[in-house]
Amino acid sequence: MALNSKIPAGPLDKKWETYKSTCKLVNPANKRQLEIIVVGTGLAGASAAASLGEMGYKVKAFCFQDSPRRAHSIAAQGGINAAKNYQNDGDSTYRLFYDTIKGGDYRAREGNVHRLAEVSANIIDQCVAQGVPFAREYGGLLSNRSFGGTQVQRTFYAAGQTGQQLLIGAYQGLERQISLGTVTMYNRHEMLEVVKIDGKARGIIARDLVTGELERHFGHAVLLCTGGYGNVFYLSTNAMGSNATAVWKAHKQGAYFGNPCFTQIHPTCIPVSGDHQSKLTLMSESLRNDGRIWVPKKQADTRKAFDIPEEERDYYLERRYPAFGNLVPRDVASRAAKERCDAGYGVGSSKMAVYLDFASAIERYGKVEAHKQGKSNADKATIYAMGKDVVKEKYGNLFEMYEKITGENPYEIPMRIYPAVHYTMGGLWVDYELMTNIPGLYALGEANFSDHGANRLGASALMQGLADGYFVIPYTLGNNLADDIRTKSIPTDHPAFVAAEKEVSDRINKLMSIKGKESVESFHKRLGKIMWDKCGMGRNAKGLKEAIEEIKALRKEFWSNVRIPGEIKEFNTELDKAGRVADFMELGELMCMDALNRQESCGGHFREESQTEEGEALRDDEKYMYVSAWEFKGESQFEMHKEDLVYDVVHPSARSYK
Amino acid sequence: MEHYNMNLTLKVWKQKNCKEKGKFETFQVSNISSEMSFLEMFDILNEQLVAEGKEPIAFDHDCREGICGMCSMYINGRPHGPWHQTTTCQLHMREYKDGDTIVVEPWRANSFPVIKDLVVDRTAFDRIIAAGGYISVNTGNAQDANCLPIDKQKADESFAAASCIGCGACVAACPNASAMLFVSAKVSHLALLPQGDPERKMRASNMVKQMDIEGFGSCTNIGACEAECPKGISLENIARLNREYIGAMFSGSKEG
Repeated sequence: MALNSKIPAGPLDKKWETYKSTCKLVNPANKRQLEIIVVGTGLAGASAAASLGEMGYKVKAFCFQDSPRRAHSIAAQGGINAAKNYQNDGDSTYRLFYDTIKGGDYRAREGNVHRLAEVSANIIDQCVAQGVPFAREYGGLLSNRSFGGTQVQRTFYAAGQTGQQLLIGAYQGLERQISLGTVTMYNRHEMLEVVKIDGKARGIIARDLVTGELERHFGHAVLLCTGGYGNVFYLSTNAMGSNATAVWKAHKQGAYFGNPCFTQIHPTCIPVSGDHQSKLTLMSESLRNDGRIWVPKKQADTRKAFDIPEEERDYYLERRYPAFGNLVPRDVASRAAKERCDAGYGVGSSKMAVYLDFASAIERYGKVEAHKQGKSNADKATIYAMGKDVVKEKYGNLFEMYEKITGENPYEIPMRIYPAVHYTMGGLWVDYELMTNIPGLYALGEANFSDHGANRLGASALMQGLADGYFVIPYTLGNNLADDIRTKSIPTDHPAFVAAEKEVSDRINKLMSIKGKESVESFHKRLGKIMWDKCGMGRNAKGLKEAIEEIKALRKEFWSNVRIPGEIKEFNTELDKAGRVADFMELGELMCMDALNRQESCGGHFREESQTEEGEALRDDEKYMYVSAWEFKGESQFEMHKEDLVYDVVHPSARSYK
Repeated sequence: MEHYNMNLTLKVWKQKNCKEKGKFETFQVSNISSEMSFLEMFDILNEQLVAEGKEPIAFDHDCREGICGMCSMYINGRPHGPWHQTTTCQLHMREYKDGDTIVVEPWRANSFPVIKDLVVDRTAFDRIIAAGGYISVNTGNAQDANCLPIDKQKADESFAAASCIGCGACVAACPNASAMLFVSAKVSHLALLPQGDPERKMRASNMVKQMDIEGFGSCTNIGACEAECPKGISLENIARLNREYIGAMFSGSKEG
């Protein structure tokens, strides 16, 4: 099948406008007859379900958590980008578009990214209207801060819990539609299969996680808003339940998987403390606005941080990237931390950490405060106390979280941080309308591959999730459903539903019948180790080939030796997890294959064979300026299709932050 | 900080489903590191149970960074355990010492029926939000965000109320199983903002009505909710809810 991205013709800045004015519409009476399934209720899912409900569609929304408000978008800390130029610092739609394309290392589509930048401003307006309590200045206007990979202040935020506030806004909109009857909510439900009829997505099989019963649900269209697959690595900043099952089932039904190897390793996370570690916690990128990252200049230096004098510290990001300093993009900052630690300069007991230090920010803010209050002769202690208050107001909740986890006070001792898996740029391949290559099946937010190329900039995930849900899908879904208004609801006793349900039921029975010796958790950990060691921050051909074989062997062992206690028809979290881990073990193999195929370094994908003399990522635009879209052909068999990336406006060049 | 290992006795509530009666069961765990989180200690226990061919203990959890509101254990008589303004997932084992006994129960409230073991059904909270915990604005109707300046102090207070994570600790802590802190946090979040003003009366009366339908108890100003809230939601919100509600009643606001 040839890939058609359906990017509208015309100049870049007119594409979306033209599309919106010419796309087909569905009249209100017909909308009431059209049923839409939305899987996942994070920013993308909740905003889509609420907006489509408002428009009059009959929506069914599903989430595996006990409430739609708990989706993992809630954990996003730092902020959301928008090209408002409220700070008068030279921002514009074009500049947000350009920063995002460059940040993604020229592996994203121009058309999609420009649309994202265009609607970014509407998102902030919408959220404020919903009552999202963004941070404000004393004049009552909205406050902004900087994020990595940009030189303007365009990030809107709500202390360190921007994701929670945005999600609650979308969730409240969703609950309003639930009360109006336009959306029916299915909590504690997991989608386990896409049902296709005549080549179109027409429904899903879901499992009620409380009773264990399988359910059939019809929809004229199915929207997957199920987030990313970072938990392939076992340890990540994702929630424990975050999984790839919905997108992987869609993939096995024929939906292409775009750029599976593009994963984001976030530079500032709390380091692993031991084998018991179940997840990793992010310390927001916003901390890099004020925190300075350093390691000792001497290898294996065992002195405490404050015993190391200024001249014996290596602020390596400021040294290597003077133009962006501590605010280089995530991929660059992560690799630089790994380089220092691998070279023997790491700190802490594991030596796999670097310092993120707020001492100079506390002093700087303290001086400003003292000046404001007319205390020109303030002593050091007063300045420190004043500065500490400012830092506390900005990042207080993050500092508290750090102290709860590590037992150390980051106002006194620099934070220890290390990179961790955070986000997946790859996902289901979608066209400009967010539709996969299966008609009627859409993917929104992190679940699709479309906007971030090979590296996502900070504060852009929230922007994309809400852009897709509030401002894109309401138009593009209608454009396609306009041709479907004569399709009556298909009864779920249709043979396709019966067959899909049997497939799901057989697989569950098979899992339960293994009755082996090793726990699901243990297999997941072993998979994670393979992925992190061989398909993590640095990748090479030898390691990736080994990883593929190791994953195959692990999968075989899983299907003969996994132990799942309990019954099928009951609340059984081990069974839920087993299905997810089984899918991760297939997806992990595809990620390694994609990483092996892409013999260049770009964004978060660093092939050790492809680097400059200074150790920077070396792209190969001649050979790899394409999206790899993988088609499932059977176990361990995937066929790659290429969507060439065409740059009409920006000119891809070596990405420099020096 | 010095790290150490410990052996513990756990008395955990086991209940097959909402129909059957539950009971405490006793478990031993050994070599628990002081660096673990409380839920990681439960992971170890569950791995141990699976290895012994037994059923693991069901408990709710997801983000494990204190923000999703899913974790919900009642530990030694306190929701989310002993640490001030901390969810269970952020409680760490350095709180305990070798030989300690820890009792873990689910949230106890008629409006939060037990699903299994430590897992309870909190959908009553969703229904309260659906009754009015929102601003009625459809997508695409918004004016420029900075057309509406908001007093910073009001915005900050609104944010403080909006930081509620809907975990239900307030209900679990309250001897009356009242949901007033939860409801008042939402009412305050929206009533403090000009955007929320047009619907404020209807919102307060409808949310309180739904709270009563769900069977939550009455507020008798005990304050356990505030003391145990992992996000520090203030009792002042309850006072504000009472004012909003009385205002709505006296002005004869129609329920929507």
